[in-house]
Amino acid sequence: MPAIDATHGGTAGTLKRAREFASKNAIMLVLLALVLVIGVINASFFSLSNIRNIFIISSVRIIIALGIGGILITGGTDLSAGRTVGLASVIAASLLQRPDYADRMYRNLPLLPVIAPIALAVLAGLLVGLVNGLVVAKLKVPPFIATLGSMVIVYGAASIYVDRPPRGAQPIGGLRADFTRIGSGYLGPNGDISIPYLVLIAAAIIICYWIMLNKTRLGKNIYAIGGNPRAAAVSGVNVSKNLILVYVIAGALYGLAGALLAARTGGATNNYGQMYELDAIAACVIGGVSTSGGIGKVGGMITGVLIFEVLNNGLVILGVNAYWQQVIKGVIIIAAVAVDIRKYLAKR
Amino acid sequence: MGECAYVLEMLGISKSFPGVRALDDVTLRVRPGSVHALMGENGAGKSTLMKCLFGIYRPDAGEIRIAGERVTLENSKAALDRGISMIHQELYPIPHRSVMENLWLGRYPTKGVGPLRFVDHARMRKDSAELFASLNVDIDPAVWVAELSVSKIQQMEIAKAVSYKARIIIMDEPTSSLTENEVAHLFSIIRRLRDEGVAIIYISHKMEEILDIADEVTIMRDGRLVGTYPAQELTTDLIIKRMVGRDLSHRFPPRENIPGEVVLKVEGLSSAEHHSFRNVSFELRQGEILGIGGLVGAKRTELVESLFGMRPIAAGKVFLRGEEIPVDTPIRAKRNRLALLTEERRSTGIFPMLSVRDNAVIANIDRYVRRSRLLDLKRADKDVRKSIESLRVKTPGPETHIQDLSGGNQQKVILARWLLTEPDILILDEPTRGIDVGAKYEIYAIIADLAKRGKSIIMISSEMPELLGMSDRILVMCEGRLTGVLDGKEATQERVMELATQFM
Repeated sequence: MPAIDATHGGTAGTLKRAREFASKNAIMLVLLALVLVIGVINASFFSLSNIRNIFIISSVRIIIALGIGGILITGGTDLSAGRTVGLASVIAASLLQRPDYADRMYRNLPLLPVIAPIALAVLAGLLVGLVNGLVVAKLKVPPFIATLGSMVIVYGAASIYVDRPPRGAQPIGGLRADFTRIGSGYLGPNGDISIPYLVLIAAAIIICYWIMLNKTRLGKNIYAIGGNPRAAAVSGVNVSKNLILVYVIAGALYGLAGALLAARTGGATNNYGQMYELDAIAACVIGGVSTSGGIGKVGGMITGVLIFEVLNNGLVILGVNAYWQQVIKGVIIIAAVAVDIRKYLAKR
Repeated sequence: MGECAYVLEMLGISKSFPGVRALDDVTLRVRPGSVHALMGENGAGKSTLMKCLFGIYRPDAGEIRIAGERVTLENSKAALDRGISMIHQELYPIPHRSVMENLWLGRYPTKGVGPLRFVDHARMRKDSAELFASLNVDIDPAVWVAELSVSKIQQMEIAKAVSYKARIIIMDEPTSSLTENEVAHLFSIIRRLRDEGVAIIYISHKMEEILDIADEVTIMRDGRLVGTYPAQELTTDLIIKRMVGRDLSHRFPPRENIPGEVVLKVEGLSSAEHHSFRNVSFELRQGEILGIGGLVGAKRTELVESLFGMRPIAAGKVFLRGEEIPVDTPIRAKRNRLALLTEERRSTGIFPMLSVRDNAVIANIDRYVRRSRLLDLKRADKDVRKSIESLRVKTPGPETHIQDLSGGNQQKVILARWLLTEPDILILDEPTRGIDVGAKYEIYAIIADLAKRGKSIIMISSEMPELLGMSDRILVMCEGRLTGVLDGKEATQERVMELATQFM
């Protein structure tokens, strides 16, 4: 093969390098193209407040996508993510309602420090993750089935929690300002030129998750288990322990995401988070995470979420019909993966 | 440890899988500072025994003692912790990770304070470089394993097994993809380890290797122990006799086929895949058995799978009786009366949960569709019964799940599947892999009979005696290139090996 390169000279080499660059960075190029096209058609897309808005909405989604991303790299999947977000959101919201709010869920609840209900929400997510991990690693139930089951269970649990017979499941509103400020507050001089707290939190989580995935034994083991589970086992990796940990971390992240979602929207219902897992899986896959395991990067997951949110936002700004938005998003998911998978097909 | 002459004792080990008794009361005793060869035909139970020792399988009966102490090895980690490491027959690389991450998997060096531990990449790189330097292995620890050749991956696995500083190292076919020089290099490493007191359990099919390196030899046959002998007392003939349990002259059936005119002509065939075969040309005659030899990784499987339309080709022509034919899909290959018995029976051959009948007719199901579009199962049954009889498949009946048959009988069913398509050219990729000795002979007899009846056979084999004993001509490949064509009668093991390692 080197002989072919030598005879074809410089231009072919440049072309080849350009093609290689394009195939390696396809996701980034797609994002860039999306931004440009939408921005050119409608300049208000580039307004500071719109860009800021995209980042705020992406923050919660990125936290969920990271959790699922780790699980996908092990070769697993998690359908319970969205419902876990919902459970965590109602837990956090129910304990952070204003004392003067009429429809308060716990009438005589004292004023808790904001961190306590958030911690409880994280703990709830963590427990769901622990159960998922145990069922997958110990009972050997395929992740798709295990988390399909827990998805339904968790939704049931969240609904029971907010059920007020005979009125049925009630939305939780009237949240305390010191809680909702986490979702709407920012660091900086004014609304547009500032960094929202949510973005700061997401950034901190991204950094921690990147370190976990790239610099710790757990991270290396996650890739190894997904890349070749038997190799991991015969090399003395405790496969079940590492798998359980991945699900636990993911669960905790969903819990945090749920609390942040409640803070951002100023309320919560048992239907919060519905289908978020599919969005997150789609974002990861668009970002180059392999659903068969072993491959995936934090940068890709983030880019995947951003592509999704830019698309969501852009289609609204362009005035595309809401039903057509769904069709377009579906096409993008399939097209992105069809393009991304080429780089592995060629290697075989 | 003074009172114990053996570092390892495996006593009365038995292990069964559904339908197969893989190990039956096997005992193995290994002395420290010695090389102990484990020999036997494919399916004799060597690898199963070693997997019991490495905690991959749990024996049904028997006990394992290490330095006199009774142990249970519930997983590979337990085995590693007890000072046992293993080079696996099937290589286990994690392709999309670096060499060093593969090397230190399960024991990454860390740095940091307290509970905050981070993987120490710098140290990992340094340790890898030192390990490779001490073993004279030339691999960059930072490259992806997917970019290494099979031979380099095997060297990486050898280095990995050595790096555990184990007192027992199991080497299951460590030289299957190595050149002669690399084998000699491995032997120098083995001798050094032995002198340091390490016990090495060495599994290989290559007689010269065994007689060269081993101190003691344990021979197994059909899941049972034949015996343990000092290596000096053994000769190649003696080993084979004990492995096979019968006289050499009866290993292959007599062949009465007479090669006729050319039926298949391949010209300059090159794969469209990376690191695969290129510019391969050969001819196949009617009624001829054409062997293809080479090391693991010589791309023989890729070649025949491309001929059968399973893999894309970039260049070259294929002629069937003088007429050029496209080779793009297995459907077309079947229509051109080609048949392919794939290498991996489990993953690309059998449908384990389906019946013998369904497995046999699946490639030929169109023939049993009646005008009503329903299948004529009675006729299928009749044909399958006929095949079962003529190939002497041992099965309770056509309704039995194929997974409940032995490997040899499964293989016969797959052969029956392709024979029902009435092929002119039969491609057999490692047709006797994982099959016990008796069944092997029967498969050879079937092959010889097919050739006699005018079928043309291409047979890939990694077993030298089989290749030499069954082929009219032998193609030898190395690193994706055809390095020679030998006449079956004049070919020798040495000549085949020489061609198989020509570019390495």
